[in-house]
Amino acid sequence: MSALLSLKDLWVEYGDKVVLERVNLEVAAGSFVSVVGPSGAGKSSLLRVVLGQEQPTRGSILLDGTPLAPECGPDRGVVFQRYSVFPHLTALRNVVMGLELEQAPFSARLFGSARRAARDRAAEMLGAVGLGHSLDLYPAEMSGGMQQRLAIAQALIKRPRILLLDEPFGALDPGIRADMHALITRLWRDYSLTIIMVTHDIKEAFQLGTRVLALDKRRHDPHAPHRFGATAVYDLALTKREEPSVDTGPETTLVTREDAA
Amino acid sequence: MRWVNRQPKRGDRLLLGALPIVALLILYLVLAAQRHTLNPLDKILPLPGAMVSGMSALLLQPDQLSGQIVFWADTLASLQRLGLGLAISTLIALVLGLVLGVLPPVRATLGPLVTGIAVIPPIALLPILFIALGLGETAKITLIVVGITPVMVRDIVAHVAALPREQIVKAQTLGANSWQIMIRVALPQAMPRLLQAMRLALGPAWVFLISAEAIASDVGLGYRIFLVRRYLSMDVIIPYVAWIALLAIAMDVALTQASRRGFAWAHGAAH
Repeated sequence: MSALLSLKDLWVEYGDKVVLERVNLEVAAGSFVSVVGPSGAGKSSLLRVVLGQEQPTRGSILLDGTPLAPECGPDRGVVFQRYSVFPHLTALRNVVMGLELEQAPFSARLFGSARRAARDRAAEMLGAVGLGHSLDLYPAEMSGGMQQRLAIAQALIKRPRILLLDEPFGALDPGIRADMHALITRLWRDYSLTIIMVTHDIKEAFQLGTRVLALDKRRHDPHAPHRFGATAVYDLALTKREEPSVDTGPETTLVTREDAA
Repeated sequence: MRWVNRQPKRGDRLLLGALPIVALLILYLVLAAQRHTLNPLDKILPLPGAMVSGMSALLLQPDQLSGQIVFWADTLASLQRLGLGLAISTLIALVLGLVLGVLPPVRATLGPLVTGIAVIPPIALLPILFIALGLGETAKITLIVVGITPVMVRDIVAHVAALPREQIVKAQTLGANSWQIMIRVALPQAMPRLLQAMRLALGPAWVFLISAEAIASDVGLGYRIFLVRRYLSMDVIIPYVAWIALLAIAMDVALTQASRRGFAWAHGAAH
């Protein structure tokens, strides 16, 4: 398997505080990587660095073998826990926006046949996430689950090389969360996505992921808790016994290899 | 039931709101009548009849020099100054608010300047404006602009800069550049706030308008009030003040309605 994304000797520090240290990671195309770890272990920092929202202090990130530009771009899609959609646009226009920004650099709006084509594509994408009947709703009129579906559709319309999810289902009710698990699993398979998902729900991590990455500090100095950063302490590749089914829970075999980095 | 939980019904609310206004009117009439029984020629608290006759001269008879109805000429002149001043300020606030709010380097460059201008009392600049721009319309409109723009700019900048970081990041992952973020993410979300800022700026704008008109003018609502003050003409001053209040309320209602109609998403519509 070819590595789509590789992090090489990555460090993230905020002043004296070391958040991540010596992270080496290769993510293969088509994998679903769940990142778990205790609070403050740098899960979200790792995601922000891959996203380009923050810069690593040291180390390099390669996407398809080329170093990433030091800012966010359309090759990496993202869904945050909150604030992922634009409150001033309807569902349809939230999704169309991705196409408008690309095709109309100055006006950022489309007209005529290009507009119709973009609307059709966006409506199709919204149908795929189960919002086919809510095209004209504003986010404030939607439930939390619908907003996250919209955020996913908005990200997928750009066909990102890699999709980053930052605790996307953390604020949802358990029932809705199960629906969302089924949805993201289906989309991951249908669109051959590569996904990195940060979560604090271990069950969710094992249920959805093809690989679970646990971040934690290897060394801890009680007198200087920020002296050492976290790194990947466990890297578990999961072989799915069967197609992941949300109803029956995780049917997985662990092929554990303690990461000896 | 505790007072914090008592929600007046719609009809009751109107009634309650009218109560103090009516009470004040009655109080005024009683005091005016009292003064007039002591001194039928009293000018300080004119009775409604005196106001009607005082205003009829300004409302019905054209001015002998200009041939215009004085009341409408005053209203038109003041509204024109106020409207121009407010329009220019709003435009500046929108452009600067977006640029400063979205682009950190511009904010770092111009932010201190805007803050510095904002702390100068605008009336202190009035002599400079009159010296530099003369006593005409330009100086009066400039005073309004100088007076209300800094506050509006800072409000819009703060609002735009406080948009969730996630939205700005998300827009970039959708392929947006700085310009597109400004016009597709920041601009639409700044608009309801801009109308709100205009509503709040209306009060100070009237203050600066009346001040400028009081000091150097030959027409305008503020000019008239300060002119007839010399003759203790409360029968003109009170109706003029009431008219200014009505105009201000009408503008406020219009701006609120514009915000509700144009930006329903910002008012939690259809919940």
